[in-house]
Amino acid sequence: MLDALDQGRQGGGTRARVGRPPMFPVEAQGITVRSDGRLLLDDVSLALTHGPRTVVMGPNGAGKSLLLRVLHGLVAPDAGTVNFAGRAADAAVVRRQAMVFQKPTLLRRSARANIKYVLGGLDRAARTAAADSILAAARLSHVADSPARRLSGGEQQRLAIARALALDPDILLLDEPCANLDPASTLAVEEMIDSARDGGAKIVLVTHDIGQARRLADDVVFLSGGRLAEHTPADRFFAAPCSAAAADFLAGRIHIPGGHDRR
Amino acid sequence: MVDLGSIIGLALGLVASGDTELYAIILLSLRVTLTAVLIGCLIGLPLGAALAVLRFPGRGAAVAVLNSFMGLPPVVVGLVVYLMLSRSGPLGVLGLLYTPTAMIVAQAILVTPLIAALARQSIADLHGEYDELFRSLRLGPARQIATLLWDGRYSLTTAALAGFGRAIAEVGAVIIVGGNIEHVTRVMTTTIALETSKGDLPLALALGMILVAISIGVNAMVLSLNRTAQRLAHA
Ligand SMILES: Nc1ncnc2c1ncn2[C@@H]1O[C@H](COP(=O)(O)OP(=O)(O)OP(=O)(O)O)[C@@H](O)[C@H]1O
Ligand SMILES: [Mg+2]
Repeated sequence: MLDALDQGRQGGGTRARVGRPPMFPVEAQGITVRSDGRLLLDDVSLALTHGPRTVVMGPNGAGKSLLLRVLHGLVAPDAGTVNFAGRAADAAVVRRQAMVFQKPTLLRRSARANIKYVLGGLDRAARTAAADSILAAARLSHVADSPARRLSGGEQQRLAIARALALDPDILLLDEPCANLDPASTLAVEEMIDSARDGGAKIVLVTHDIGQARRLADDVVFLSGGRLAEHTPADRFFAAPCSAAAADFLAGRIHIPGGHDRR
Repeated sequence: MVDLGSIIGLALGLVASGDTELYAIILLSLRVTLTAVLIGCLIGLPLGAALAVLRFPGRGAAVAVLNSFMGLPPVVVGLVVYLMLSRSGPLGVLGLLYTPTAMIVAQAILVTPLIAALARQSIADLHGEYDELFRSLRLGPARQIATLLWDGRYSLTTAALAGFGRAIAEVGAVIIVGGNIEHVTRVMTTTIALETSKGDLPLALALGMILVAISIGVNAMVLSLNRTAQRLAHA
């Protein structure tokens, strides 16, 4: 799929990303988000480098989706900064990110039209061809002409990811892309994520699925109650997490901040 | 007093025989109202979309004014257009009073706020759903509006049909600015009003039946549009 895209865009076939200013590391410094006196993100600082796939984990309401929105520039933090290669995000940097939302929005159009919508700078025929090869890679060719919102949940999720990949992003932010998917669809999504990574994209993925995190993570960001509990290489995280919150999470214990833990 | 049965018979006869006067009146009605609705869509749809998408000072007031203009009384619109177009009015030199063009202008003024207000509502709902995607893709307002107009096409068509239904059935505006001149500016509603008072009940009733049929047809189109939208999950 990425090859097809590159041909369509006349970009370098190796995705050398020539001419693109550097955007790594991505450094979040002291990110704080408040709402109605609640601290939704509390002084979160982390640095993301280009290569490793970062998996963000944590209980419901920990602030995972919010952190992705802040990184993507959709939510301005009340305090703190996000820098890309040492500079604040500008339009060029921002356009090189793509995000797949927890509840993806598909346009009221065919699956193919959803892809074509984000393909700019090509003539009509080239866009159709590029969209078709992207759909093929997402195994969605058979529903190319179907209304996007008529697809099954798994197909919709794959379409949303394919549309994000069509943007040829340097950073791909995925918010629970496999929630509600069966194992086969999950596998298909993971293959798409792999191919994006092979194509040179930095992956930041939120998941509750520990198995998926083990399969995909190179490093793990663990959030709990709006705080960064830890940011650890994956092998170390799964062997022996540093934080009590993560240890409880991995052991299947429910950790209620300020309350009694249940086993 | 003529008996009702024979009036209905004569009316049906007029409709069935393809009476040229009857059909000239129907065609003029359709020409005036369809043109007015077209103008209303060209202005009202982008206006409604802009009000739904753009954030600017005074937007709330603009929406309130628009919503209150949805129900403008046709006779008042007719009066205002009359004052503008009458010989002593600011646009009197155009000589448009008592022409179909004047009727189109009056009906366009009548339906534009209705179409714009309905469009604004449905576009605002859709925008709420698409906003996050738009912001993620960093789309400018023009691209957002174009997307919303296209993806909202079913409910916007319904808005246009509502405008059509309002304009085809109104009599107050067209009778003031058109003058109900035979063979020139007589449309269905003005003819019904005039012929009823003159006592030519079959012609009035024939037109009345056509008018009701048109409004049933419009409602059927709205229903089938909604059904299509549902089927395509576009609703
Ligand atoms: N725009 C917002 N305004 C106010 N509160 C918000 C906003 N977005 C998120 N929150 C709150 O911030 C907290 C964290 O939300 P977030 O969606 O980031 O959680 P999450 O870690 O993604 O949880 P889940 O696993 O359920 O998806 C929640 O308590 C939520 O109510
Ligand atoms: Mg979330």
